[in-house]
This record gives sequence, C-alpha cells and structure tokens, in this order.
Amino acid sequence: MNKRESAIRKNFIRVCFYILIGTYALIALFPFVWAFITSLKPTAEANNFSIPLDKMSFDNYLYIMKKFPYLRWFANSLAVCLGVTIGSIFINSLAGYALARMNFKGRKVMFWLVLAMMMVPVQVLLVPQYVILAKLGWINTYQGLIVPYLFSCFGTFMMRQFFLSIPRSLEEAAMIDGAGRFTIFWKIIFPLAKPAVAAQFILTFVGMWNEFLWPSLIAKRQEMYTLTVGLNSFYNQYAQYWDQIQAGVMLLSIPAVAIFIIFQKQFVEGMTMGAVKE
Amino acid sequence: MVRLGNARSDENIKGWLFFLPFAALASVFFFIPLIGALLLSFREYSLLDGSPFSAGRWIGIQNYVTAFGDPTFLRALWNTCLYTGITVPAKLIISLALALICNAKIVKAKGFFRTVYYIPTITSSVAISIIFLYLFKADGLINMVLAKFGVAEIAWFYDPKVALPIIMLMATWAAVGFYMVIFLAGLQSIDPTLYEAAMIDGASEWQQFLNVTLPCLKPTIFFNLVVAMIGSFNIFDFAYIISGGLGGPADSTMTIVLYLYQTGFSYLKMGYASSIAFILFAIILALTFVQKQFFKEDAE
Repeated sequence: MNKRESAIRKNFIRVCFYILIGTYALIALFPFVWAFITSLKPTAEANNFSIPLDKMSFDNYLYIMKKFPYLRWFANSLAVCLGVTIGSIFINSLAGYALARMNFKGRKVMFWLVLAMMMVPVQVLLVPQYVILAKLGWINTYQGLIVPYLFSCFGTFMMRQFFLSIPRSLEEAAMIDGAGRFTIFWKIIFPLAKPAVAAQFILTFVGMWNEFLWPSLIAKRQEMYTLTVGLNSFYNQYAQYWDQIQAGVMLLSIPAVAIFIIFQKQFVEGMTMGAVKE
Repeated sequence: MVRLGNARSDENIKGWLFFLPFAALASVFFFIPLIGALLLSFREYSLLDGSPFSAGRWIGIQNYVTAFGDPTFLRALWNTCLYTGITVPAKLIISLALALICNAKIVKAKGFFRTVYYIPTITSSVAISIIFLYLFKADGLINMVLAKFGVAEIAWFYDPKVALPIIMLMATWAAVGFYMVIFLAGLQSIDPTLYEAAMIDGASEWQQFLNVTLPCLKPTIFFNLVVAMIGSFNIFDFAYIISGGLGGPADSTMTIVLYLYQTGFSYLKMGYASSIAFILFAIILALTFVQKQFFKEDAE
C-alpha cells in the first residue's frame, strides 16, 4: 500500500515536472513559430491571426533577396565570422601556448594582464576604438569589422588552460628529435587541442554572427552591412511589411540555430569551461 | 654553461614571438583605446578635432560633474539599475528552477529541453527585438489575446510606463537558456555520493537541496551572477532597436550604453561619452568586487 502510494506520488511529481518544463519550452519556442508562420503569409494577411494554408509560400524570402542585397549581407556576415574565427583561434592559441609552456621574461605579468583585461567592458573602449579606425580609414571596410576582434582574452585563457593539461613529455620527445618550437606547436600540440579549438570556433562564430553594436558603427554603406545591421535597416524602412520582415528574421536566425543544434556538444562544453570547474 | 644561457635567451625571444600577435593587437585595440578613453573623459572632444590624445580642450573633471547633473544620464542610470535589479534575479531564479527540474532523475529528454531553451539565447538580439515588436504592436497578437479577456488595447512600446518592463521581459526570456545550461552543468558536476550520504542521514529532499545542492553550486551561482550583472549593465541592443536608437518614449528606455552611444556618435561629444564609459566601468568593477567579497566570506 505504502509502496503504491509513493509510486503514485512519484508519478504525480513527474507529470508536474513535465508540465512545467513543457510549458516553458512552448514559451521559448512560440515567438519563433509565430514569426515563421508570418514569414510565409502574403502581406495582406500579416496582421491577421489566421493561418491560411492555401496562401502560404516562400515568396517573401525570394522577394526580399531581390529587394535588398541580402546575399551580399549574408556573404559579408560569413566573411567577417570566418575571418574573425580562424584568425582569433590562431592568435589566441599562439598566445595561450606561450603563456602555458614558454619561459619568456614577463610571462607572469602578461598572464595577469590577460585576466585583468577581461574585467573591462568593451563599451568603455568604443569611442577611442572608433576614432582609431576612422584615422586608419577603416570605416566601411572588412578589416574594420574583423581586425579589432582578432584577439580575445577569454579565448587565450581557455587555450592556456587546455595546453597546461597536455603532458610535457610529448614536447620533450619532439625537442630531442630536434624539432623547432613552432613545428612542435603546429604539428603536435595544436592538433591535440581539438576540443578547445572546436568550442572556441563555435562560440566565436555565433557570437560574431549576432554582433550588432560594432558593425552598426563601422558598416555605414549598404553594401558593407552584415545581416544584423541589414535587418535593422530593413525594419526601419519597411516596418509595415511584417511578413517580409519576419522572413528576414528567419534568414538571420536559422544559420545560428542550425549551427547550435549540429555542434551542440562542443558548444555546451566550451560555454561551461571555466564556469563549473574552478 | 654558454649553451644553457643561449637556450634560455632563445626561449625568451621565441616566447615573445608567440605572444607578439596578441600583444600587438591588444596594444592597438585595447590599451591605447583604454588610455585614450581616460584622457578623452577629461576633454571636450569631437571626432572632427584631430588626434584624440592631444586635440580638444582640457576641462578636468567637468564631464563627470556634468554627467551627475544631466537628467538624461541620471534617467539612464536609474533605468539600467532598475533593469539589472529586476532581470538578474528573474533570469537566475527561472533558469535555476528549470535546471533543477531537468536534472531530476525522473525527467528524461534533458538534452531536448536544453536545446529548446537555448534557442532564444543563440538568436540575434535584432531578430528577437523585431519578433517582439511584432507580437506587441498595437494590433498584434498579444493585444488580440488580451482583448478576449476584456483588456483594452495597450500601446506597449509607446507607453513610457510599460516600454522598459517589456524590454525586461524579452531580455529575461532571451537569456534564461544561457544560465540554465551553466546551472545544469554545475548540477551534473556535484558528486552523487554526497546525496547518498545525506539520504543515509535521513535528510529530506528540501534539506538535501539546502545542504548539498546549494553549497556545491556556489561557484556556478557566483559565475552566473557576475556574468548576468555585467551583461545587464551593458544592455544596449534591445533598447536601441526597440526605441529606434532614441531611448524613448520620454527616455523610458534610455540605458547607460545607449546614452553613451548617442552622446558619442550622434552628438559627437566624445569626451563626454568617455566619461560616461568610465562611470559604467567603475560601477561594474565595484559590483564585481562586492560580489567577490560576499561569496568569499560565505564560502570559507
């Protein structure tokens, strides 16, 4: 009897739990679902709450790609994301390796500086960074969108921590064979750091994909817009075309969500590195 | 002896060569701007004035004095504090509750829920803002549903009383997934034998939560709290997109970073904008320091 009661109680709690997390899952997804449905409707239906299946199509997607240089914006976003991601992983790994394994003068001070830099909010640097870029003539250029992001304190710290966990004996063996430092780094150590590199790749890529403040300052000409800046200007000009705007929202969101779902494991690992373990 | 000395100086040079790309970029895009911002904050400077290190009129702490007498800045400061005070606890409590439920033994498909909750977090703030503008527009879905319950039409983003609360709502909705994933990882790293020991001692589930889960989760809570606080004080994207860059209606969605952006890049008062940036920096440093002290005292 007692056992049965506790089983009933357990089942009751289980149902309550599922209702709670299921409700929140609906809350998390509903705005996207509604935006997606709207993106398939003709403009005349965008302010109605019905779902006219017979009138729905992907026309809005094709239309906005013609009306705006969407493919150009997409290519800009992709170029900026890939440039920043590949460049910063290389630079952060080199710095992280030096901090982890090389005895150069001032190493401790540099490590301390990298940690201290993480405390400074990027917004503090916004005005002078912009002035420097304006003086360099980098407004409306790819280098203006990419170069300021090519180093990351968090990324360097993460790589250092990872390199510390690789046994020293591997390097020592290669050194006896006469390999140079860079060869050791590039051929032996870097390939071993795949999990950390994968995590950083995804975090950086998605972070850049969604970046808005800096590109909105640097990309002033329409052909230099990234997708976020382009969508915001589209919204400001054509606020009444909700169906087309939601198609733009989907074109911006779907790549990031797809990358997250495909690389979820590496993503979560990268995000929780440092947060959980001290 | 000689060879050893050579090897050491060789290692020194190579080490610096490895570190050089980072150091060069950090100098140009971090340290020079940081010093530049500090100097600018004591100047009256506009982009057209020439070098940020020498041009412009030196006015001492005048920019800082101006800020604390500037009603728009004070409004931005108040809005940002209010936003932080409400959204940080909301984000952490909701995400912790969801993480606890998903982590319960009787719940399956943890991965599925984690993925779904994370989708708003992985989505661009521009996309989220536009979706919410659509849902909350005068003849939008939310007003339609409310009308069914007899609530009169609300002009959400045009009403100074509700514009900021709606931004808080969407920011919370957008961030819960992030903190939930970290809480879940923290919960999964707790040694299960601690719970076994507590059960042998006859601890109830509530007692286990208070005496095992919460203390073990302390570093994770600290991490989330610091990240959430810093993120909240830096709120910009949502306020900028929702208000069309103006912080309206009637400054009700003006935040510190939005005001910094406006003064620096719309009014080109870059000296004043830099002093606002340093006030923000000081607040964030002070908060992080206080949290660190608080958690240290409690943990040890």
